[in-house]
Amino acid sequence: MKNVRTHLSSPWASFAAIVLALIWTIPTLGLFVTSFRPSKGINTSGWWTVFTNPEFTFTNYSRVLFEGRGATPPLSQYFLNTFAIVIPSTIIPITIAIFAAYAIAWFDFKGRNILFFLIFALQVIPLQMSLIPLLQLFSGGLHIGTVTIIPSFGITGTFIPIWIAHTMFGLPLAIFLLHNFIAQLPRELIEAARVDGADHFKVFRQIVLPLSIPAIASFAIFQFLWTWNDLLVALTFGGGKREIAPLMVRLAEMTGTRGGDWELLTAGAFVAIIVPVAVFFALQRYFVRGLLAGSVKG
Amino acid sequence: MIEIAARQSQLEQAISKLTGLGLTIAIFALLVFIAFSFSERTGEKVQRYLKYLIFLFPAIAFLFIGLVAPAFRTIYLSFKDARGDSFIGWENYHWAFTQPEILEVLKNTGIWMIVAPIASTGFGLTIAVLTDRMRRPGLVKSLIFMPMAISFVGAGIIWKFVYQFQPNEKSPEIGLLSQIAEWLGFIPSNWLLVTPFNTLLLIVVFVWIQTGFAMVVLSAAIKAIPDEILEASMLDGAGGWKRLSRVTVPMIRGTVIVVLSTITIGALKVFDIIRTMTGGNFKTSVIANEMYNQSFRALNYGTGSALAVILFFGILPLVVYNVWHLKREQSDRI
Repeated sequence: MKNVRTHLSSPWASFAAIVLALIWTIPTLGLFVTSFRPSKGINTSGWWTVFTNPEFTFTNYSRVLFEGRGATPPLSQYFLNTFAIVIPSTIIPITIAIFAAYAIAWFDFKGRNILFFLIFALQVIPLQMSLIPLLQLFSGGLHIGTVTIIPSFGITGTFIPIWIAHTMFGLPLAIFLLHNFIAQLPRELIEAARVDGADHFKVFRQIVLPLSIPAIASFAIFQFLWTWNDLLVALTFGGGKREIAPLMVRLAEMTGTRGGDWELLTAGAFVAIIVPVAVFFALQRYFVRGLLAGSVKG
Repeated sequence: MIEIAARQSQLEQAISKLTGLGLTIAIFALLVFIAFSFSERTGEKVQRYLKYLIFLFPAIAFLFIGLVAPAFRTIYLSFKDARGDSFIGWENYHWAFTQPEILEVLKNTGIWMIVAPIASTGFGLTIAVLTDRMRRPGLVKSLIFMPMAISFVGAGIIWKFVYQFQPNEKSPEIGLLSQIAEWLGFIPSNWLLVTPFNTLLLIVVFVWIQTGFAMVVLSAAIKAIPDEILEASMLDGAGGWKRLSRVTVPMIRGTVIVVLSTITIGALKVFDIIRTMTGGNFKTSVIANEMYNQSFRALNYGTGSALAVILFFGILPLVVYNVWHLKREQSDRI
């Protein structure tokens, strides 16, 4: 028996799996097809009729992307805001996390195991527990009596609170994943460098960092998808300002106020979906590896 | 003219945002660079302390300010009134467990916690088992897994379109569910308004996304079952179903439970789907959505915090179990 699993393969199992995969894809296909149909067609016939009666247009995309309405900017502005939120919200937590992961894995200090466990256990705190206090901190600073411990800096209404919040919420999983990787680097490699007189900063920069690229990539994809797709953090810390609101906030708003304009909603949704889906297909292997290494984000 | 002016100001805004973005990243990189080049020039004695400041302190500071301290403050706020001025004891919790609307919210959250994980894990396991017996499972798995990359908001729009209903009897249905109902001889209705059916329709969206997660994790667990065990069961004459229920599922039991508890945590915290599809109306609200409404719509930090604390205690046992399981698994490996 060469391979049990190949031997066990059955055409019926394959058939059932393919049917399920098709069912899973149909809703997305419906959205995709609809986004290219003229609005009159969308509202008078089902999207499945295009296969017998094709009629396509790019108008929906040009309208939703480039035509604002009154005080509301077009979706391209929100697209830009999403980028402005996602890039720092991915780079900053990874940098801070990889420093901490290295320290916990390779510094000699008492209680590092406990510290690691505590950081991991922070996953138990749901985002919702932090929203009100953080919002108060960002808008008013921290005072005890009349003494100001942390000033407010006047950052409300900018991207900064969103970046900071994403950094804070991303850290526990980031440190956990990166630590698991860095702690497994060969001890001889790091000790040899230390004996040769390299300090921790040099070891980190010249040995640990280059070797950690796969683990960094795994987490980067997670954090990228998570921040791109986030609604709650942006909604809470964006302060309702259109100038900094990302795509998801705008789309959630559009479904409420313009629920019937399917030509705009479907095109808008597709614009928001396409980037994470492309990233996901291009880097699926890293994503799965990250998923299997740690649970999902708390 | 107005059109051109609007475009002009949009372009200016875009440029200023991109400049700000570039500047932020440059400043951050510069800070890291300065910290490192400075530290590498100091002697061993200074470095003994400096290394903690640079490597460990930022993470600990962020975690303390962002998660630990706020958690305690939220517990504290949950015993105070709407504006956080005076203590009112357990009143916010009393409110949460007696107010009919909130009891409805808690009931819905309970439905989510039971139905969503079981359905997602069930589908995930089915597909994992089926694809394990395929020669080329790659494309099938990718298609099932793809919704994981789609946001809850995006998924909400996709499915809202599936559930779309034409109130005008003369025009044909454009929502797939309505059309299928019609083909099957039922009369379609405004699905998202029908309680408690609408909660199940929202759960479908969540299951559609989470099945991919369950499938990937369970698939890896099934692959890890040694070939010899499957071979032995085959030689013993166990058929497909028997092999599945007596060999495969018991072998991956631990993973199944972790998947179940992880998805339960997700279901407890669901927010975006509700917000996008019904806004919490028509008796579909759940605890995370109500927490947001109380805190940031009604501006009642007391009740909002109390709901956050209730959510925390719902999640606590599940995360504790997951952490315990992970630790045990790691010590097994050693």
